[in-house]
Amino acid sequence: MSGGGIKPAQPFAQAARVTLANAQMRRNLRHATTTIRDKRQRAVSELPDWEALRDEGAALKDHALANLGELLLDLEAAVQARGGQVHWARDAHEAREIVARIAVRHGAREVIKVKSISTDEIELNAGLEAHGVHAIETDLAELIVQLAEDRPSHILVPAIHRNRAEIRDLFRRRLGAELLTDDPAALAEAARAYLRGKFLSTRVAVSGANFAVAETGTVCVVESEGNGRMCVTLPDVLISVMGIEKVLAAWSDVAVFLRLLPRSSTAERMNPYTSFWSGVTPGDGPQEFHLVLLDNGRSAVLADQVGRQTLRCIRCSACLNVCPVYERTGGHAYGSVYPGPIGAILTPQLLQLEDANANTLPWASSLCGACYDACPVKINIPEVLLHLRGQITGQRPLDAEAVAFRSAAWIMSEPFRFEGAIRLARLGQGPLLRDGAIRALPGLLGGWTEARDLPAFPQRSFREWWRTRPAPPAPPERADAAPEPDLGEPLAPHREETR
Amino acid sequence: MRIDLFITCLNDALFPRTGEATVRLLERLGHTVHFNPEQTCCGQMHANSGYRREALPLVRRFVRTFRDADVIVAPSGSCVATVRDLYPRLAEWSGDSELLDAVHALSGRVFELSEFLVHRLGLEDVGAYYPHRVTYHPTCHSLRILRVGDAPLRLLRSVRGLALVELPQADQCCGFGGTFAVKNADTSTAMLADKLQHVMATRAEACAAADNSCLMHIGGGLGRLRSGTRVVHLAEILASTEHEVYA
Repeated sequence: MSGGGIKPAQPFAQAARVTLANAQMRRNLRHATTTIRDKRQRAVSELPDWEALRDEGAALKDHALANLGELLLDLEAAVQARGGQVHWARDAHEAREIVARIAVRHGAREVIKVKSISTDEIELNAGLEAHGVHAIETDLAELIVQLAEDRPSHILVPAIHRNRAEIRDLFRRRLGAELLTDDPAALAEAARAYLRGKFLSTRVAVSGANFAVAETGTVCVVESEGNGRMCVTLPDVLISVMGIEKVLAAWSDVAVFLRLLPRSSTAERMNPYTSFWSGVTPGDGPQEFHLVLLDNGRSAVLADQVGRQTLRCIRCSACLNVCPVYERTGGHAYGSVYPGPIGAILTPQLLQLEDANANTLPWASSLCGACYDACPVKINIPEVLLHLRGQITGQRPLDAEAVAFRSAAWIMSEPFRFEGAIRLARLGQGPLLRDGAIRALPGLLGGWTEARDLPAFPQRSFREWWRTRPAPPAPPERADAAPEPDLGEPLAPHREETR
Repeated sequence: MRIDLFITCLNDALFPRTGEATVRLLERLGHTVHFNPEQTCCGQMHANSGYRREALPLVRRFVRTFRDADVIVAPSGSCVATVRDLYPRLAEWSGDSELLDAVHALSGRVFELSEFLVHRLGLEDVGAYYPHRVTYHPTCHSLRILRVGDAPLRLLRSVRGLALVELPQADQCCGFGGTFAVKNADTSTAMLADKLQHVMATRAEACAAADNSCLMHIGGGLGRLRSGTRVVHLAEILASTEHEVYA
């Protein structure tokens, strides 16, 4: 991946305008998210125990998070017992230096990489470049993004915002491929020819990790192309970088996530390639294995009672594909390698709410709740969004917006003030009215009337009507009058839709 | 039964007809309706925008106002969702255990109109007559927090004269989201544009929903496009009969 990191360069609303103004990109995004969304719905509805599986996934992750320190020490011991080496990285800088040092020690000028968002989070490619080491992405979509000198737009489908014709032109230009068509098979063949040469000649590889099992010291990568399998088996040296939240307690836990992840992400029953490795096996696969455990803000997220559920995330991207905001703005607007709803809560938290641009992300949501329904590990994203909004607003100085909200709360805290405000608004709206509606508002609210009318305040509020209305007719004596229901029991949730 | 009305601040100030229709409908069904004028606003806008401290007095006022009510019904899924889903969190955040108890005691008695009629009273046909072609937008909070399911559709299907047409991609958010519509106006407008396209594709005379906030957004867009399609609150359709037209 071509750089990235997690520090947005702009506030969300500003960054979103770029995609919103790009009709082609919006079409690409709509097509892709709609397709994945529909496929996922089918894949999920095949499993009658999907809800139970979600609960189990959430519980296993919560268990791992509650015992994180202990499990990481177990993982370290297990990896070492199998001949691997473990490194602890407090932040992005430490992690970059650890990987670069190992690569340089082996005299590597190039390393191959299999998709790893955590290495993008720490901007590893740029870090390696500074040490004279060039990283080559081997995941097809990541390769496309890297060759285009672009940034990924999706966790799982980094080139989601590109169409086939654009990719054909890119491969012609950068790989010298003689592509006559934009047929997917031809595009894949061009990439395969290029990558095969790299797999066979490069001695150092860097990977991410979907899961790591504390009990056995096993690291796992799940992928679709087999390029990851090449990466973790062919080179002499393998360096895996993983966020500390990826640890699971037991080998049997993996089974739950291998059912949850593919259906949620690619809408497949099973992903094509699942690679496991435990330390080093003499004469088979890489003969040197390093595991880098990355904190980079995660301990702080863990310490927050509401926010910590964010760390359950298995990076499936289901929340992106169902998010109406993501569908319109694309991943770039989030300014981080973690886009979409999960990015809107993860990015500001990893930066410990200290980055002003990242702090606009919790507002990049209409709170429609589709992400929560789609999340395979039941992260209550709307809950965390509101929690973060509360924290960020609470620490902000008093500005025009805060004054407006305070005034509104003051007005609403007494009915007579509320009624007075309605009367004032009714009087004051005169100059703004045209054909019975307000078509342009001043100040903070101007964003509304750019594309929408606002109804005028009517001559009589409800409470005014209620005061003056004639006494209601006596309730009719009806044989079929509604029976008095038992309202003592708690309300049962109705869950027949939207799952 | 005696029903306490929660007429949300938006309904009260901008859409009083929805409140009037709710009153008329419930009275027609044989219930005694009460409106406590001490109520103002549930505080959703504050809580959703991150102003928890400012929202708390509104939470306290709501709890105080409706403390003695047996059943509280509101023509707004969004505001009912606030009471049920946000109030416990706000009370927990405030550290006020008495408030938390009061909120818990209240939340099982607050209902959105359509879920009250269908899931609590077991009604589908409320005796309404509305001879128009209507499409229905299921608002996000009704759908995903309250889980009202198809309750509004069951009510609409039982309205005499009404032709219900399916809204394409109905469960996609209209893009309102409270202050989202102002803070991220461009994105909100892009979401609205798709919703408007789907509404207009149905060739319905009216787009109905159970939240005037979403309808204000959709209606504001339809009005700007001079589409000819109206927006109407579910309560106004259900209150309408051959003799009285509310919508």
